[in-house]
Amino acid sequence: MQTYATPVIEEMLGTPPFALEAEAKNALYARTLSDLTLHHYERSREYRRVSRLVGYKPQTELQVEDIPYIPVRLFKEFELISVDRREVIKTMTSSGTSGQAVSRIYLDRITATNQTKVLVKIVSSFIGGKRLPLLIVDSPTVIRDRALFSARGAGILGFSMLGHDVTYMLDENYQIDFARLDTFLEKHQGNRILLFGFTFIVWEYLCQALRRSGRQLKIDGILIHGGGWKKLASLAVDNATFKKVVDETCGVSSVYNYYGMVEQTGSIFMECSQGVLHASIYSDIIVRDPITFSALGPGSTGLLQLVSLLPTSYPGHSILTEDIGEVLGVDDCPCGRKGKYFCVQGRVKNAEVRGCSDVYASH
Amino acid sequence: MCMLPTNDKLNYVIGGQVDFSARPLLPFDGKVRAFLSLLSARLIADAATRTMPDVMSFAWWCRKSNIERLAKTYDDGALRIGRGLAFHVTPTNMPVNFAFSWAFSLLSGNANVVRLPNRDFPQIPFIVRHIADLLNEGSFTEVRDMNAFVTYGREEEITEALSAIADVRIVWGGDATIRTIRKAPLPTRGVDVGFADRYSFCMLGATKILNLDQADLVRLGAHFFNDAYIMDQNACSSPRLVVWHGSDSEGEQAGDRFWGAVRMEVERRYELAAVSSVDKFAQACRDAIELDCLTGLKHEDNRIYRLRLNAIFADIDSRRCNSGYFYEYTTTNLDDIAPIVTNKFQTLTYFGLPREELASFVQRNRLSGIDRIVPVGEAMDIGLIWDGYDLIRTLSRVCDVR
Repeated sequence: MQTYATPVIEEMLGTPPFALEAEAKNALYARTLSDLTLHHYERSREYRRVSRLVGYKPQTELQVEDIPYIPVRLFKEFELISVDRREVIKTMTSSGTSGQAVSRIYLDRITATNQTKVLVKIVSSFIGGKRLPLLIVDSPTVIRDRALFSARGAGILGFSMLGHDVTYMLDENYQIDFARLDTFLEKHQGNRILLFGFTFIVWEYLCQALRRSGRQLKIDGILIHGGGWKKLASLAVDNATFKKVVDETCGVSSVYNYYGMVEQTGSIFMECSQGVLHASIYSDIIVRDPITFSALGPGSTGLLQLVSLLPTSYPGHSILTEDIGEVLGVDDCPCGRKGKYFCVQGRVKNAEVRGCSDVYASH
Repeated sequence: MCMLPTNDKLNYVIGGQVDFSARPLLPFDGKVRAFLSLLSARLIADAATRTMPDVMSFAWWCRKSNIERLAKTYDDGALRIGRGLAFHVTPTNMPVNFAFSWAFSLLSGNANVVRLPNRDFPQIPFIVRHIADLLNEGSFTEVRDMNAFVTYGREEEITEALSAIADVRIVWGGDATIRTIRKAPLPTRGVDVGFADRYSFCMLGATKILNLDQADLVRLGAHFFNDAYIMDQNACSSPRLVVWHGSDSEGEQAGDRFWGAVRMEVERRYELAAVSSVDKFAQACRDAIELDCLTGLKHEDNRIYRLRLNAIFADIDSRRCNSGYFYEYTTTNLDDIAPIVTNKFQTLTYFGLPREELASFVQRNRLSGIDRIVPVGEAMDIGLIWDGYDLIRTLSRVCDVR
């Protein structure tokens, strides 16, 4: 089987990424995802066993909600792979702190290529097709080890495709390299600049550093940032505050957050002008009731399941996250984009552990 | 007279005065009995106790009539006396366990230094306040001078200082804690009592459950709920494996009946956290990937997960999940289970099987584990016999008089 998805993604690249209405998308997804599920079922022993556990029957056409999903943490514990090991060209890892288990995502050429193409499609629809000078709000050390991609490194390299004259804003010690920055800004005076970075890095090493330095930038630019709000939530910084401070410190008023996981690189969910996240034609989102796991309609809060058409080399096309969120509507966002739009409220809370477990384990 | 250690990080919540006395009493000393029965009465009379079932069960346990009854069972004519000073390290996650640990040791005749959990459970300051009030009233100076309650962080030097003067050290809270605490040496005659991580399971007679009338079935479901769900299936004695005695079809039918009854309680009384849903599903996926003997998952929603096994395997006690996650196995021969029982096994709860048969199961298979065989519903009932120890006899010494 010369896998399912290449032609599908190839065909879709001609369609604008937020053009499909629910009916057309559901029909496409039922067919495509059923094939993709069978593909992983046949090739990944682990996925096959999980699918059987939840009652999956191969060779049947399923609705999107009925596609088996795999808990995202399993990527940290098992080698989940749906191609021959020799076809793997890179392995991505989630950026866990030392000592923590990390996800390992195995990419073959097709999946890696599709990830890049789709990322470019989605982001271009927000910032325009023209490549802009790109400032990376990070230190170049993140991507040094090319063999083992961290999620951050992979994100940076992915977004690097969207710009030219890619320039890192921070030095090896996470200090703003003002000399390099000034040269860059001078060179591109009069042009719009694209900035990319991880939410916490932007906040801490750009905005806060600028505040401390007393310098205020006036960049005519667009900032795209992602990677999660966990650290900022602990600092009580919400999206509105973040945008305000980015504007105050950098002069950048176009700020787009995105939501995505290393397990589904490429088919990211972008925030629109209304401040909500959008599923593109390459991905979908399902909110599940935490008690029953049944799919919930718009307006209900639950666990987020993410669906993507891209992963063929590993069974990550349907994953159950540990994030809580809510679908806000379908096809009718005032921004004009079709598809589901939603918000993420954060990670599921750790339950208060009861029982006679270790005195030293958790206090 | 004995000086308790001082340290900036060591906070004496009760006691610690210079005239602390580690001189032991006889087990079930009259002053201790009077003290506990008054404490019980005060707790029961306090309206707040009604909102804390675990405090109520402690208060109920140390009521006068129960202690009198227990005292009689130890009346064997031997001369027993407390060992001296007992140092208690109590578990973080069981709010009332410290009180039981202390009461058991006090009844054995020991002076006590109890390290309280560093957690904000309302039960802890509540019980501590009642104990302190009673101790300070002046009628119990002897009891007062032999008890201290402390808090401290992870300071090893405090654990070392308290261990160095302890005649008994009682550590609750799992293997890792016990290993950490045991790095601090006890005096050469010191006795270490460790309550390690344990594994518990349940055996059910299929025919008996198939023939149960509805009212009894509902009661059984409620009892099982108390064993498994009250502590989120996270206590040492919470059942994690359910063994059906009967044919496959009997086990199947009885299982559906039984779990239906458990489900009624669960729906009424249990709140499943979203994170636990993910934990359970992830564990089920792990099991599907790793266990060849897993035949399926039965569940109506995420509150009860039944992992059906067609064979039993040796390290089942190392596969842990909480919040209502049960392995199930059906057999006509209970001896099938014997090979997997290690000294990790603590409580066997049962229903619909004669207890003599279960005692014989332990005996004839010469098992190194299973310390308790109790009816379904009594898994959480902590008592003087616990984890295979007779605590009064362990925490006291015998003077051999001839």
